[in-house]
Amino acid sequence: MSIATNGIPTKKEMEKVFPSKKLLARGPVVIVECFQHIPCDPCAASCPSGAIMPFEDINDLPEVNHNRCTGCGLCIASCPGLAIFVVDITYSPTEALIKLPYELLPLPKKNQIVSGLDREGQKIADVRVDKVVRTKNKTSIITIIVPRELAMVIRSIKVEDQQNG
Amino acid sequence: MRIQKHPILQFQHGKKVAFTFQGRKMEGYCDEPIAAALVAAGIKVLSHSKKLKRPRGFFCAIGKCSSCLMKVNGIPNVRTCVTRLEEGMVVEIQ
Amino acid sequence: MKQYDIVIVGGGPAGLAAALIAASCDAMVLVVDDGLQLGGQLIKQTHKFFGSISQFAGIRGIDIARNFIRDIEQSPNIKVLTQSTVTGYYEDGVLTILEGLDGNRLLKVKPRRVIVATGASENMLPFINNDLPGVYGAGAVQTLMNVYGVIPGKAMLMVGAGNIGLIVSYQLLQAGIQVKAIVEAMPSIGGYWVHASKIRRLGVPIYTSCTLKEVKGKEEVKSVTICNIDKNFHFIPKTERELTVDTVCLAVGLSPLSELLWQANCEMAYIPELCGYVALRDENMKTTLDQIYIAGDVAGIEEASSAMVEGQVAGLNAAASLGLYHKEYAQLDNQFKKELAQLRNNTISEAITRGIQKANCKKGEAHVYCH
Repeated sequence: MSIATNGIPTKKEMEKVFPSKKLLARGPVVIVECFQHIPCDPCAASCPSGAIMPFEDINDLPEVNHNRCTGCGLCIASCPGLAIFVVDITYSPTEALIKLPYELLPLPKKNQIVSGLDREGQKIADVRVDKVVRTKNKTSIITIIVPRELAMVIRSIKVEDQQNG
Repeated sequence: MRIQKHPILQFQHGKKVAFTFQGRKMEGYCDEPIAAALVAAGIKVLSHSKKLKRPRGFFCAIGKCSSCLMKVNGIPNVRTCVTRLEEGMVVEIQ
Repeated sequence: MKQYDIVIVGGGPAGLAAALIAASCDAMVLVVDDGLQLGGQLIKQTHKFFGSISQFAGIRGIDIARNFIRDIEQSPNIKVLTQSTVTGYYEDGVLTILEGLDGNRLLKVKPRRVIVATGASENMLPFINNDLPGVYGAGAVQTLMNVYGVIPGKAMLMVGAGNIGLIVSYQLLQAGIQVKAIVEAMPSIGGYWVHASKIRRLGVPIYTSCTLKEVKGKEEVKSVTICNIDKNFHFIPKTERELTVDTVCLAVGLSPLSELLWQANCEMAYIPELCGYVALRDENMKTTLDQIYIAGDVAGIEEASSAMVEGQVAGLNAAASLGLYHKEYAQLDNQFKKELAQLRNNTISEAITRGIQKANCKKGEAHVYCH
């Protein structure tokens, strides 16, 4: 099983984009879960601090200079593949903060409890919504607070309300 | 069935128009194709195959597959998926 | 009979891009499209585009279309005919166009150049009851959902995990429709992995080496039987599963809509890497007929980003061939061709690149490739 057969990155693939323990201990870190050479570079164009390095060839994989990343999350909304996340394991001793892209209805509200899903869409835990930022291009950036050990596992949410049918 | 709320899109429909399908009164919008109004109303069968009379429905939406050919205002073989709905149209399975 | 410098057949991304660049060369342009409105497949693309900034990366397809259409409406050099079908291009240089509810109006125009940007149509898949109402082409479901706000069903099976299958599945979820599964006959996902990842995160299973065997229902889809297949595409016995769905979406590939090019007598070739019969062309997108250019999916199935750039190459050069040179012709021509090369400079595009090499004919030399 690999990302090419089931859409889920393998441990080996994830290791290529995992920030080091040292970086994680500093504060918010951007994680770009992009593993395929496709012609695409809006992430670099969107980064105000130059943390996502400008592409030499648009088919290159994004390269992150974590020293420059402030965790602002602008790249999250710019990625056409919705593949970018910001993780902050220093949020609290037991909790981590995750910023993720969201393009479904209904949008959750601040402090709402929603389901935290892993990369297979399985519910892993209840998580609290800390912030909902609507952006001009209609990709919302949702900040959730998750149990710290799930910071690298939870990558999506499910809001328990019936969507229009 | 029509979408009420969408995370990205806002649907701005044109004027509502009345038409008939197999003699039944129906409603749709003046800026959509006839076949879209029928699908929205839950109509699945638009035509039948010539020999075995198998039911056919909306398929390609670009006027190429001929499953949506219907009689409109007495005119046969109208490609209803690329023909705009108009007030008072008489739409029939041919 | 009306004369135009350039008539563009097809108002999708390739046609629109061609129209705008040709008009900026002072060409008098007519765009003919058989749909209700301009935009082709672009007006339904709610996802953000890939590519680079010059191909509008990060901008949603619908917004790109809106901008194109607004620019076209504002251009005094571009006339538009919608709900009109081009039916032929004749030896005397006349292009016929059919209009009207029953096609009872025949227009004849005499263009000095024609750019055929007619796009593609969806392929059909053989399975039991494949003609039942409720079986849709994926593009059709996209049109219903994203253009007309119509929901075609409540629970769907998607057949095909190429970009179209993956993207439309995501858009179905956005419209509140359940996607029970995606089945893909090949052993791996054909579309971008990021598209696959984002729907997996929403709980949609993707089954590779698996296909649709049968649809059950009398007058409409009631359920489907999916089945695993081996590497020779034979059903593996006892691996059938039944899913309750009311809609099936086929995203099993596109084929270029080349009829007009055949009829006009362009040199054609069957090129599998470009997904069907395409006209041979040179690097300016000119076919073996000096008057006819091609751009977009009709030239080979690819992506919207490359369709737009091919449209620009065709429009720029069709105008130039009439002596209507853009002020910055050389620079733009170079830039567009470089962009195309960049878009194709990856593993996924290796087949397309091979296909384009096969489809290329040097000036004056018609090389028909027989497979």
